[in-house]
Amino acid sequence: MAATSTNPDNRETPGGPGTGKGTGAATTTPTRRGTELVLLAFAAVVVTCALTLVNLNLESQPASQILYYGLAFLALFGLAHLAVRRWAPYADPLILPLVAFLNGLGLVLIHRIDIGNAAEAERAGEPFGPAAPSQVFYTALGLVLLALVLVFVRDHRTLAKYSYTCGLVGLVALALPAVLPSMIAPNINGAKLWIKLGPLSFQPAELAKILLLIFFASFLVSKRELFTTAGRRFLGIDLPRARDLAPVLVAWAASIGIVVLERDLGTSLLFFGIVLVMIYIATERAVWIVIGLSLFAAGCLAAYSLFGHVQQRVDAWLNPMTSDSGYQLSEALFGMATGGIGGSGLGGGRPAIVPYAKNDFILAAAAEELGLLGLAALLLVYLLLTARGLRAALAVRDSFGKLLAGGLGFAMLLQVFVIAGGVTGLIPLTGLTTPFLAAGGSSLVGNYVLVGLLLRISDASRRPQQPSKPQPQQPPIAEAHTELVERPR
Amino acid sequence: MNKPLRRVAMAMMAMIVLLLANATYVQVIRADALRNHSGNSRTLYQQYSTPRGQIIADGKLLASSEATDSERFEYKREYANGPAFAPATGYFSFVYGRGGIERAENEVLSGTADSLALNRLQRMFSGQEQQGGNVELTLNPAMQQTAYDQLADSGVRGSVVALNPQDGSILAMANSPSYDPNRLASLSSEEQQQAWNELREAPDDPLVDRATSTLYPPGSTFKLITAAAALETGKYDYNSKVTAKSSIKLPKVDAQLPNYGGATCGSMPTAPLWEAMARSCNTAFAEVAGDIGEKKLRETARSFGFGQDLDIPMGVEQSSIGDIENQAQLYQSGIGQFNVRMTPMQNAMVAAAIANDGKVMKPHLMEKTLAPDMSVLDRTDSEELGQAVSPDVAHTIRDMMIKAEQHAGDEGKISGVQIASKTGTAEHGEGKDPHGWYVAFAPAENPRIAVAAVVEDGGNVGADATGSKIAAPVARAVIRAGLQGGG
Repeated sequence: MAATSTNPDNRETPGGPGTGKGTGAATTTPTRRGTELVLLAFAAVVVTCALTLVNLNLESQPASQILYYGLAFLALFGLAHLAVRRWAPYADPLILPLVAFLNGLGLVLIHRIDIGNAAEAERAGEPFGPAAPSQVFYTALGLVLLALVLVFVRDHRTLAKYSYTCGLVGLVALALPAVLPSMIAPNINGAKLWIKLGPLSFQPAELAKILLLIFFASFLVSKRELFTTAGRRFLGIDLPRARDLAPVLVAWAASIGIVVLERDLGTSLLFFGIVLVMIYIATERAVWIVIGLSLFAAGCLAAYSLFGHVQQRVDAWLNPMTSDSGYQLSEALFGMATGGIGGSGLGGGRPAIVPYAKNDFILAAAAEELGLLGLAALLLVYLLLTARGLRAALAVRDSFGKLLAGGLGFAMLLQVFVIAGGVTGLIPLTGLTTPFLAAGGSSLVGNYVLVGLLLRISDASRRPQQPSKPQPQQPPIAEAHTELVERPR
Repeated sequence: MNKPLRRVAMAMMAMIVLLLANATYVQVIRADALRNHSGNSRTLYQQYSTPRGQIIADGKLLASSEATDSERFEYKREYANGPAFAPATGYFSFVYGRGGIERAENEVLSGTADSLALNRLQRMFSGQEQQGGNVELTLNPAMQQTAYDQLADSGVRGSVVALNPQDGSILAMANSPSYDPNRLASLSSEEQQQAWNELREAPDDPLVDRATSTLYPPGSTFKLITAAAALETGKYDYNSKVTAKSSIKLPKVDAQLPNYGGATCGSMPTAPLWEAMARSCNTAFAEVAGDIGEKKLRETARSFGFGQDLDIPMGVEQSSIGDIENQAQLYQSGIGQFNVRMTPMQNAMVAAAIANDGKVMKPHLMEKTLAPDMSVLDRTDSEELGQAVSPDVAHTIRDMMIKAEQHAGDEGKISGVQIASKTGTAEHGEGKDPHGWYVAFAPAENPRIAVAAVVEDGGNVGADATGSKIAAPVARAVIRAGLQGGG
C-alpha cells in the first residue's frame, strides 16, 4: 500500500479550500457521505427487523410501536450523519453504519434480556428496572459527544499538544475509584472501578483508556528515534536509554498497578496489550512484543500465585462445570450450545439465565439466540470496524495520527477479543464491556468518543491535502529513519 | 510505521479467527455434550415449556401437565392420587430425573419419539404448540387403588401385583410405603430436594418399587413350582402318596425340617399330593424336591420366568433359585426357603401361568401410546413367554390350589367367587417376623385375575403372622375390586 503515503490526490488536487464542496468536482476525492446514509438506513432496517422478531416471539409490545422505534433510531443516527457530513466530510463511510448496527442490535438484545429478567423478577416478587431505556439515553449522549469531538477537534494533531495533560488526567481517572471512599466508589462484584454520584454511575477507565492512548501516541512519536537508536546494545537488541523509556514504563506500570489494585483484570490486560502494540508500531521492532509477552507471562504467573481472585478465575475457566465460580461461564456455554449453528431465534432462547447477560455476557446471549452464524457476523463487524481504524492509520500522513488510529483500532478489537474469549471459554474470564453491544453508559459514551477520534483521523487521511502545505515532494517522516546510518561502536 | 500497522491488522484478523474457531468448537463440536450435560437447565426448561403427555388408565387421568404462570416452567406435572399409582407412573423431577413410565416412555410423553415426528411437523406448520403424546396403561384403577389402600391403611410394608392371566397385562402394582410424585414435580427445587432427601432417608425405602425390584424368599408359594416340576416328570399326579411326617431329617446333615406348627399332614403316614399342597406340608415337598432333583426344579422355574430379563417396560429384577450345593439345600429350596428369591411380579406370573393353562404371558404395563389428539400410535400386543407346564399339569395344580384356598383363613373371603390360591410364610432370618405371601387367581374355573401379595415382617401381626392372615385379605380385596368393581 505504498500509494497511501504518496496519494496522487495529494499533488493533483488543484487549489481548492479542501472542503470538497463546489470546486473541481471531477478531481476531488468523493466524500462517500451518500454511501454512509444508505448503509445507516440498512442498519436501521436490520435492527427494526430484529426488534420485530423479538416481539413476534415474546409479544412484548404493539407492532406499530416498533416502526416508531426504527424511525427514531434512524433519526438519531441521521443526526450523527449530518454532524459527520458537516464537520468530517471525508470520514470513512463505513464506521458510523457499523457502529449503528452494533449499537442497535445491542439495544434489541438488552430489551430482549429485560423481558426475560422482568418475568423472573416478577416470579421472585422483586422490583425490576429495565436497562434498555437508559441505554437509549446513553446512545444519544454518546452521539452528542461524538459530534462534539468532531466540532472541537478540528485537527487530531492538536491533541498531541495536550499529551501530558491527557496522560495525567487519564491516570487520575483510572486511579480515582481506588482512592475514593466506598460510598462514592462502591466495590461491585469484587472490583472497585465504578464511581457513583446519585443516580449516575460511570467507569472512569473507559475515558482513561482514550486519554492514555493519546498520551502514549504523542509520547512515542516524539521519542521514537531515541527508542530505536540511542542506548545500549544488548544481545543484539538496541535498548533505549532509561530516561527515554522511563515515562512509558511509569505510565504503564502505574496503569497496571491501579487496575490490579482495583481488581479489574480485564482493563489491566487491555492496557498492557495496547501499550505493547503501540510501542511495536512506533518502533517497528518485534523484539518489543517478545519482551512484552515475556513480561506478561511472568506477570501472569506472579498474579496467579499472589492473588486468590486470579486463581479463582483460572479455576473457573479450566473447570466451568465443577468450579464454584464457574457458574456464569457454564451457563453461557450451555446457552451457546443450545443456540447451536442457527440459534434459537431472537426471543426464542433463554439468555436471561446467564448472570449479567446484558452486561459482560451479552455475546453469549447473542450466540444463543443468533447462533454461531450470528456471533460470527458480529465478530466480523467488529473486525471490519477496527480494520477501518487501521485503514485510516495507514492512510493518514502524520505519525501521531497513525499511532493514535492504530492504537484506537487495536484497543477496540483487543477489548472484543478479551471479553468474547472470556465468554466463550477461550481465555479466563475478565470483566470487560463489549463495545456498543453491552448495557453500560460509560462504555457506550467512551466508545463513541473513540469512534469520534477515528472518524476525525479517517477524515484527515482521505481529505485532499491543502496546497498551502509546503514540501509536497518530501517523503513522509515515517519513512525517514530507514536512511539513518547505524551508530558507530 | 505502515509495516507494523499491517502486521497488527493481520494479528487482529488472527484473533477473530481464533474466536470463531473456539465458538465453532463450543456451538457445534461440543454442543451435544453441553446440551445433554446434567447441569444444563435449558434442556429441563425445554421439557417444561411444552405440555407433557398424559398418563391414563381405563379413562382415569394418572398424570397430566397443567399450565403455570411461571416463565421458566410453563407446565407443571400433576399426579392424581400420586402415592397409589407411583409405582406405575414414576416421577418427573428436574432435579432428580425421571422414574417409572415417566422414564420408560419419556420420548412419547415429551413428544420427541419418532412415532410423533409427523405430528410434530403438522403442528409446526399449523402453528400449534408442540405437545407430548399420551400413554394409556393397562392398570385397573379400582384394583390399583384397593391394593394400595389395603397396604397403606394398615400401615404395613409390602407389595401387590395383579395380572390378567390371558394377556399378561398388569392390572395393579402397588407398594407400601409409597411416595408422592407431586412433591418431586414441584416447581421449587428446594421442595424437590427436601422431598427427595426425606424419601432417601426414610428407613422403609419408599422409592423402591417392591413389585419389580425387591427379591423376597417365596416360602410355601414356591411349592407351586415344586409341584409343577414333579407333575411334569410324570412320576407324580394329583393323588400321589407323599410323606405326612411332621418332621424329617435333612439328608447328610444333622438338622430337622418340620412342618408348620409341627403338625402332621393329615392323620395317615402318607398323604396325597393335593392334601400336602392344601395343608402346605413342608416335609412332603422337601422330599418331592429331593426326588425330582435340582435340574428339573431349575428347568421348571426358568420356564415360569426365573432368570429371564423382563421389561414391563421398566426392568424387573431376575428371580432366582440361588446356588444349591447339596441335597439338604435342595430340600429347603423345594419349599421356597434357603436361597430362593422372587419378586412379587414373578410370583404373580406363576399364578397367572397356572390360570392360563400353563402358558406364561409377558407382563406389560403399556396398553397403547396415543398422539396428542388421542389417536392410537401403537398398541402393545400380548406376548407369550412360553409354555411353563402342560395344560393338564396346570389344571391339576389349579385343583390343588382350590383345596388350598379352603385351608387358608377366611378373612376377606368373597362369597360366590371360587378362588384358587396358595399361601406362604417365609422365614428370613433369626428373630425376624416372617413375610406373608398369598398368590391366587379367580374365578378358579375361568380365571380373569391372577394376583400375588406380600406383606413384610409379619405385617401388623408379628411373629404369629402367616400368609393367610396378613397377605390373603389384601389380595382378596384386590380380586373383589377387579371382579365386582371395587368395594
